[in-house]
Amino acid sequence: MILYFLRRFLGFAATLFIAAVVIFVLLDLLPGDPARFILGINASADAVASLRAQMGLDAPAHERFFSWVGGMLQGDFGVSHTQRRDVAGLIAERLSVTLPLTVVAMVLSVAIGLPLGILAARRRGKATDTGLMVLAQVGIAVPNFWFGMLLSLLFAVTLRWLPTGGFTPWNEDFWAAARGMVLPGLALALPQASILARVMRTALVDVTGQDFIRTARAKGMTTGEAVWRHGVRNALLPVLTILGLQFAFLVAGTIIVENVFYLPGLGRLIYTAISERDLILVRSATIVLVLVVSLVSLIVDLTYALVDPRLRRGDA
Amino acid sequence: MIKTKSLGLTLTALLLATSAALAQSTEIRIGVALEPPALDPTAGAAEAIDVVVYQNVFEGLTRVDQNGAVQPGLAESWTVSDDGLTYTFKLHDGVTFHDGTSFDAEDVKFTFERILAEDSVNAQKALYAPIASVNVIDPLTVEFTLSRPDGMFLFNLGRGDAVIVAPESAENNANEPIGTGPFHFVQWDRGSRVVLEQNGAYWGEKPALTKATYRFIGDTATLTNALLAGDVDGTNNFAPEALAVFEGNPQFKVLVGSTEGETILGTNNAKEPFSDLRVRQAMAHALNRQEIIDGATYGYGVAIGTHFAPQHPYYLDLTETYPYDPEAAKALLAEAGYPDGFSATMKLPPVAYARLSGQIIASQFAEVGIKVELINTEWAQWLEDVLTNKDFDLTVISHVEPFDVGIYADPNYYFGYNNADLQALNEQLNATTDDGKRKELAQQIQTIISEDAVNGYLFELAQTGVWNAKLEGMWQNSPIEGVVLRDIRWVD
Amino acid sequence: MNWRLIRNHPSLLIGLVATALFALLGLVSLWWTPFPIEQIVVARRFQGPGPVHWLGTDNLGRDMFSLVMSGTLTSFWVGAAAVVIGIGVGVPLGLAAAAWGGAVEWLVIRISDVTFAFPSVVIAILITTLMGPSAANAIIAIGIFNIPVFARVARGGALAIATQDYVSAARLAGLGNVAISVRHLLPNIMSLIIVQGTIQLSLGILAEAGLSYIGLGTQPPATSLGLMLRDAQSVFLIHPWLSIVPGLAIVLIVIALNIAGDGLRDAMDPRLKREGINHGAG
Repeated sequence: MILYFLRRFLGFAATLFIAAVVIFVLLDLLPGDPARFILGINASADAVASLRAQMGLDAPAHERFFSWVGGMLQGDFGVSHTQRRDVAGLIAERLSVTLPLTVVAMVLSVAIGLPLGILAARRRGKATDTGLMVLAQVGIAVPNFWFGMLLSLLFAVTLRWLPTGGFTPWNEDFWAAARGMVLPGLALALPQASILARVMRTALVDVTGQDFIRTARAKGMTTGEAVWRHGVRNALLPVLTILGLQFAFLVAGTIIVENVFYLPGLGRLIYTAISERDLILVRSATIVLVLVVSLVSLIVDLTYALVDPRLRRGDA
Repeated sequence: MIKTKSLGLTLTALLLATSAALAQSTEIRIGVALEPPALDPTAGAAEAIDVVVYQNVFEGLTRVDQNGAVQPGLAESWTVSDDGLTYTFKLHDGVTFHDGTSFDAEDVKFTFERILAEDSVNAQKALYAPIASVNVIDPLTVEFTLSRPDGMFLFNLGRGDAVIVAPESAENNANEPIGTGPFHFVQWDRGSRVVLEQNGAYWGEKPALTKATYRFIGDTATLTNALLAGDVDGTNNFAPEALAVFEGNPQFKVLVGSTEGETILGTNNAKEPFSDLRVRQAMAHALNRQEIIDGATYGYGVAIGTHFAPQHPYYLDLTETYPYDPEAAKALLAEAGYPDGFSATMKLPPVAYARLSGQIIASQFAEVGIKVELINTEWAQWLEDVLTNKDFDLTVISHVEPFDVGIYADPNYYFGYNNADLQALNEQLNATTDDGKRKELAQQIQTIISEDAVNGYLFELAQTGVWNAKLEGMWQNSPIEGVVLRDIRWVD
Repeated sequence: MNWRLIRNHPSLLIGLVATALFALLGLVSLWWTPFPIEQIVVARRFQGPGPVHWLGTDNLGRDMFSLVMSGTLTSFWVGAAAVVIGIGVGVPLGLAAAAWGGAVEWLVIRISDVTFAFPSVVIAILITTLMGPSAANAIIAIGIFNIPVFARVARGGALAIATQDYVSAARLAGLGNVAISVRHLLPNIMSLIIVQGTIQLSLGILAEAGLSYIGLGTQPPATSLGLMLRDAQSVFLIHPWLSIVPGLAIVLIVIALNIAGDGLRDAMDPRLKREGINHGAG
């Protein structure tokens, strides 16, 4: 057991290191000079040169790599080129949007997806089932930027229940911040809820045919009770797997929805930073994303290993 | 057709009925497409910086008003010596920076020495190169000595690049701008908004607004929704394709005005086949300017025939130098040795007017046999390829600096245009201060570059603002980059 | 797969036929479209559907039906090429991990973890920034994301089979890892890979739309359904039709592919029902 934990943790560290090398090399290959970007099309060559020197872009690649990794290990993420601010602070600020948004989206997808999946399974073969499964197909298939815009037109422009977007910092006005999470959360949750509903339905339908349900029915429970007591619990394992994957996807994949609802999330931070050639910021922010995603899958794996020892050979 | 249209109308009508302005009477929320990378206008070229801080947080010795004229700013008056080489400015008394430190002639000296320093990162450093020295006469009097006369000097002092900063705070202006303006900086939530509040200690007339929030909304559909929902009160420049949503809506006013942005088909004159005048003339004949203006700006752009703003008193209408004539274009191409046309690439920066113009031009050029391959780039890449390395054939770009025809006199600029006569004329123009003479020289220059077809001259970008109908005092035109808040107020 | 199989699974038939129709529509655009899609005539823009322009014209006066044809081809092509990359690299990796085990397996899992943990949108932005935006780069970005998906599916499927008697028999008969992988493991996981392939294809088409939305996908004068949808987004209130056409096309194609995928899974091996659902909803 301890050996498995240790091996899995080493893997986690190796993943991070490989990711750091890949990010650094890729970014170093990028054409485009950050200094020229800041100073624009009429700036003189020597103004650009002095800014380059100021930003420490002259040092050789390996020196910059080790100073970056070394800095991060000591908690120093560097200073952003274009924003002239501490990168760690910038990332923390964005995580305060992205992480709550991810959580809201996951809660919504569970709250919508699971009950509908259970309902569809219980009404298997009936019109409700068919209707719900068609809806789920559509939910997966609608491009989320389009769905986000339709949501905003309906709930923000026409009904005026919620803001069209934007973000008020949590400590300034908690409820305004929470309200701002609803529409983007819904836009993110739609495909995930659809997938969950399908998974839940399939899992329940499979489980219903199995022995323990028959036993339970033989003991006098109705099918509904049997499915509820035993089926749902057994179906939760595949659902948890999906949720683990979805978390990873949501943390990194919010950029499009952040754009539609002009939320200052981590995805947009990276996007602008790349276009502004703010290399230090891109590197560190990407590593943080990789860290979060790897950490979640590490935790999921370890939990599984505790629950179900058979999975240890699985390692992934 | 009819069905589609009526669906759109019903939907719009529905939205009109529900949209109502709920904003407080002294606060404003402005939606802008681009977030500034930093907030120091003296250390970056991004227009987005000026949109937030120019004349709001920071002020210069002079300021440019909404007609493009130079007005007194922190300098209440000035005198110019007869040779045009010495300017003496009398500064306003009792002016303080937002951090409480006082403003005097030493700050002026500091500001310009910072701009001109060896390690200066001012994007427009070259504009201030004629300044030979800045002398403090007394705390409220400062004297500039120029090495040569400069007809644009007072205008250049009014630019965002020359706003007065204090030695105590200049270092941190990128994140925490400290100026002397009618609004002081409160906070910047990155990726989201900048908040300004009225400066209670402002030396001049107090503005009507007490608070201004800039929200950064890049997506046009989202900005449309935010305006309709009343989440923002206006925007200084809205995408022309969706203006129809607000036109005729009594809740909003649409302000269409001019900018200083000459949009050109940038051409690499130093490269074959564009080094051949006949090829450039052929391309000029192949351009259907009206179609480009309709397609790329929805008719809001103003046709230009040279690199000069149509609203400027010196402007010369040269749009008919090479009228749209595909046959003439083919003939010129044949004469230049390209009877079957040729292939070229066009690198396009990430702005809607450029991407759309590029597509339309490619289609028009195909008619005369010029096959254009479109290459879409992002800004950093465009700057490196086109501007720095001159590795391009064609591009579409808007030059938004006011009175920037001088770039044609620089043979190292990206057009690769080297004309000694024009360079001499430009030098003469720079050194001339008499208005009549300047106009004559400027028009000569306009004619030369138009006839030489250095670039394809397309249109002057329009400024298309959308504002809540109850707001007044916004600039209709944009003679200089910025959204000046001082005159904006709510009326009932 | 035979005819009886299809008859027993009507949804499979619907999904396959709908997919084939869209694919055909796209393929035809290689040789013929009602109007050339590069041709811009601003004067005839924003026309509604009519006898000349069956689906109307867009903001540059281009024929919408021609654009939909060409856009469908691009969307399919991007999704399919990305699946090919994913299968081409991912399946051998997954098989190698299953057949060799040990250090090889560890390495494959690391590679797979890194690509999986690497935010796909960031990969896409980086690749696009490196090489300029184009459909080809969208293919690579989505393809890279597909690699760990197929590696996992292949490894998981192969591990399940590797313990079976005939594989042990083959090993006893002296067959090497490569031969076992190719002769015994690969044929047995083909159905898994095909099912996953249809899912990734539909996800790829959606991903292309997302990349086009942030300006990283297909570039004009070429077009894709995602790019059409994005271009129409800002004028949705004025010309909703321009959004509805490509939006509906994307939704229908993705649903057709998903139905086909579900049907294939049911038809090929009922036991697979619970496997491989949605590896990464990217």
